[in-house]
Amino acid sequence: MSPKIEISLNGSTVEADASATVLEVALEHDLFVPHLCHHPDLEPAGVCRLCLVEVDGRMVTACNTPVTAGAKIRTDTPTVQQTRLGAVELLLVNHHGGTIDCEEGEACDLNRIARFVGADEARLGRYRPPDRTLPVDGSNPFFTFDPGLCVLCGICVRTCDEIVGVAAIDFVKRGFDTTIGSAPGKQWIDSDCVSCGECVERCPTGSLSFTGFETPEYEVTTTCTYCGCGCGIHLGVSGDRIVSARGQRENPSNEGRLCVKGRFGFTFVNSPERLTTPLIRRNGALEEATWDEALDLVAARFSAARGDAFAAIASAKLTNEENYLIQKFSRAVMGTNNVDHCARLCHSPSVAGLVQSFGSGAMTSSSKDLGDARCIFAIGTNTTAAHPIIGLQIMRSIRAGGRLIVANPREIELARHADLFIQHRAGSDVALLMGMMRVIVEEGLHDPEFIESRCENFEAFQESLAEYDDATVEEKTGVPFAKIAEAARMYAENSPAAILYAMGITQHTHGTDNVLATSNLAMLTGNVGVPSGGVNPLRGQSNVQGACDMGALPNVYPGYQKVELPEVRAKFEQAWGADLDDAPGLTHLEILRGVTAGPIRAIYLVGENPALSEADATHAREAMEKVDFLVVQDIFLTESAEYADVVLPAASFAEKDGTFTNTERRVQRVRKVIPPVGESRSDAWITCEIARRMGASGFEFESAEAVMEEIASLTPSYGGITHDRIDQVGLQWPCPDPSHPGTRYLHAETFPRPGGRGRFVPLEYRPPDEEPDAEYPLVLTTERSLYHYHTATMTRRVPGLETLRSEELVEIHPRDAVELQIASGDRVRVTSRRGEVEAHALVTEASPPGTISMTFHFHESPTNVLTNAAWDPVAKIPETKVCAVRVERA
Amino acid sequence: MKKVHPAVVGAQPFQLAEHRPVERLFEDAEGRDRLEKSLSRYPEKKGALLPMLAYAQERNGWLSPEAMEEIAEALDLTPAYVRSVATFYTMYAKRPVGRYWIQVCTCISCHVNRGEEVFESFLEHTGTRAGEVSEDGRYTVIEAECLGACGFATVVQVNDRYFENVTPETVPEVLAQLEPGEPEA
Repeated sequence: MSPKIEISLNGSTVEADASATVLEVALEHDLFVPHLCHHPDLEPAGVCRLCLVEVDGRMVTACNTPVTAGAKIRTDTPTVQQTRLGAVELLLVNHHGGTIDCEEGEACDLNRIARFVGADEARLGRYRPPDRTLPVDGSNPFFTFDPGLCVLCGICVRTCDEIVGVAAIDFVKRGFDTTIGSAPGKQWIDSDCVSCGECVERCPTGSLSFTGFETPEYEVTTTCTYCGCGCGIHLGVSGDRIVSARGQRENPSNEGRLCVKGRFGFTFVNSPERLTTPLIRRNGALEEATWDEALDLVAARFSAARGDAFAAIASAKLTNEENYLIQKFSRAVMGTNNVDHCARLCHSPSVAGLVQSFGSGAMTSSSKDLGDARCIFAIGTNTTAAHPIIGLQIMRSIRAGGRLIVANPREIELARHADLFIQHRAGSDVALLMGMMRVIVEEGLHDPEFIESRCENFEAFQESLAEYDDATVEEKTGVPFAKIAEAARMYAENSPAAILYAMGITQHTHGTDNVLATSNLAMLTGNVGVPSGGVNPLRGQSNVQGACDMGALPNVYPGYQKVELPEVRAKFEQAWGADLDDAPGLTHLEILRGVTAGPIRAIYLVGENPALSEADATHAREAMEKVDFLVVQDIFLTESAEYADVVLPAASFAEKDGTFTNTERRVQRVRKVIPPVGESRSDAWITCEIARRMGASGFEFESAEAVMEEIASLTPSYGGITHDRIDQVGLQWPCPDPSHPGTRYLHAETFPRPGGRGRFVPLEYRPPDEEPDAEYPLVLTTERSLYHYHTATMTRRVPGLETLRSEELVEIHPRDAVELQIASGDRVRVTSRRGEVEAHALVTEASPPGTISMTFHFHESPTNVLTNAAWDPVAKIPETKVCAVRVERA
Repeated sequence: MKKVHPAVVGAQPFQLAEHRPVERLFEDAEGRDRLEKSLSRYPEKKGALLPMLAYAQERNGWLSPEAMEEIAEALDLTPAYVRSVATFYTMYAKRPVGRYWIQVCTCISCHVNRGEEVFESFLEHTGTRAGEVSEDGRYTVIEAECLGACGFATVVQVNDRYFENVTPETVPEVLAQLEPGEPEA
């Protein structure tokens, strides 16, 4: 808080923040000072020359003049008015077609300002109109740029630079010819532009405008359905269609910002391909059926498969309430703990590892606080592509002078912004991190006080560091040790330092070890229990945190209460009125293997697509083909749904009420924006109906709110969560009681472990399960595209996203490409021990020599046919990040 | 006026793109050497931007989008920023130009000394429109921002050489000086 000073504003004395600008003070006091280039999110520029005021008799631009004690400010003197009018008239002539009214109407700030200053169209004739017409750039599928309406305020340029960190656009040419342009010789779509639309959102004149949006009748505030950033979003409705989207500024998770998927990716909801009626397989083909037929069939077949013959796969795209109901259904009605979801394939090592070291497996900091970190260590996360809004916090940290260390086998976009980029060999994370820690201990950069007072098992851990000598670490990682030591120093010397990680850490046969290595590093330097520090697993899906919290996991009830503990089981048996199984159930991969070599006969697959997402996807398809009874509940007929015996059409996130818990543990509202499409029903309704038809009680909920009440009563960390309390901006768990304000960062005082101490874990380096050899000489690592999400069931039904990225690309280093005689655009065949896939090649130095990378978004090139299902012994996550392949021209 | 040897007029190989295709800048020893020397003179990489743009033009005859991208990459700048800087200066040719690149100053001092008329006269005598390459590939005429020789207005820069006190009437003379009388190679 900066001190207050007194100033005189149009004759009255007002109090102002000493650090404020004249414009901010005026606006704060509801005094309109015309301005075009000012935006509260951006640094002052002072280029539009409209916010003229007189300070102590001298005319200045208000937006970049700081207030000083005793200053006399007048916003309405005749000189100000006259000068301002002239500036407005020039803008109207040069940039607004010489008229005051424009298509944008009130949405155009220049239009409003022209009226405010009393501009008169009749007077504009005395100016010479510009003798140029510049073409509209409509190359981007989501927005257009009309230079004719551009007032060159530079808000778009500064947004792209200051907020997004991409700087895809800049001023081009000079004088009268100045305009906004992207990279040389390219239209916007081909430039570095990430199509987030943040510039369009801020454009004051409509020069940049959205193409697909319509003016909504009203807006409903909900939570974005894509990644774990969990952005607050206002969806605009017209009739029963969603027609617009904008970020929710009050929401701390995103502060109004959205990425390309969040802002433009909602149109899948209106897709004609949506499932609208239940389908039943008759004579080998899926045929339309009524809800009664479908539900009765499901209830009958499930009734015959009670116990360990049944397994449910829930979904990180469903609400908390729905995940809660599915696991309750599996446990209380079907009598089995065989319930899991896709977190098994992404962050199960985070839960297993962080619970072991910290006692709680979630992101320790808040997303917003990451922007205040003095150092960010991003390892195994392509943040700007997979978690774009958290990526913006990294940009904020860098702009404030924070250090950025990026460690990734691929040269990701973030590497460009990094102080230090470590391109280590895929799967060598333990060696890298332990090597860093050895340097920190040897050079005395660790935090002995924190270790002494908050941690345990340090001695044993310290001994295990000895084997990570320079030569060993260098050999395993392929990185010069000096660079690793530099990273160690940079991380240790700049506090608070935050570790960010994602699939690059977890999707390994040693994923849990990798996670433990990150927590060791954070504890060693005392970076736990502080805001803007900690260990931050970035969760991939909108509600993957929530699905885990809700106990859609085979070994725990909601709130990570272990199924094998008798007192816990007794609590749930009493609450649910059923006998519960005391043995942990099967995990995701075990369920599918349980079909071919085990007891599984019926699978209830909700909002998941193992046909594309499962490592060794061919096996997943075989299992789904073979299982006696497969129910798929989804919003589209996915690749997996094609194997189903019954397909149940679910409502999308925009058609139901509930809550999502985002990666920073914030429980937020999901709201019904439009009615369910066709005959689709919410997943909660479907699960409850199946349970009801099986004669079960405990599924008679009137609303999602009522389900949340039951969750809160059984889940300590959600004890204080009610739909009322999270109405506007959500609450971060742990939130144990109704008066608790939520928890901004974890482990401030103690760790939620027996004894309250964080535990150091000695680690041994283990290589990936499959290493390149003569037959399969290259390493395949998987990645994500900014423009698609997961198996792209939703994003590929958004035409604009499909325009921006429409196919799989095998990214290969020029050195390997030359050896294999492959050029960009060539069709190549990638073969592993498990299968083969074809796609076009992209020759790029982003992939290191010896390593290729592919996404898994495209069903035409199902990458997971290649990947290795060998799993981590603790978390049972398959090693999707490393497998051995060979590449040849197709 | 004395005849000037063509080498004095055209130290730089301004040529049509098809005569000399765009070359990658920093893939050979010469390019890398120029880059390193330039980088050594400035506290930040960004400082070497103007010299590298000039080098690209010197080498390729004009500043192609590919060259701008390559420079952006080499100096850790964004392509849009490089374009922004390159397009600010009229002295960087963003399109291929003729053998003789004629830049006529029309800023204030030259403006009051009939700069625009000189410009028009050059267009007339070369038979081109502003910025376009004449059919024979010899000439490109543009209006330039201040060339910094206000005492000798109107000033005209042809390739590397300044012609001073040019009037609309002396334009043919200037053009004649460019031609040494023997055919171009």
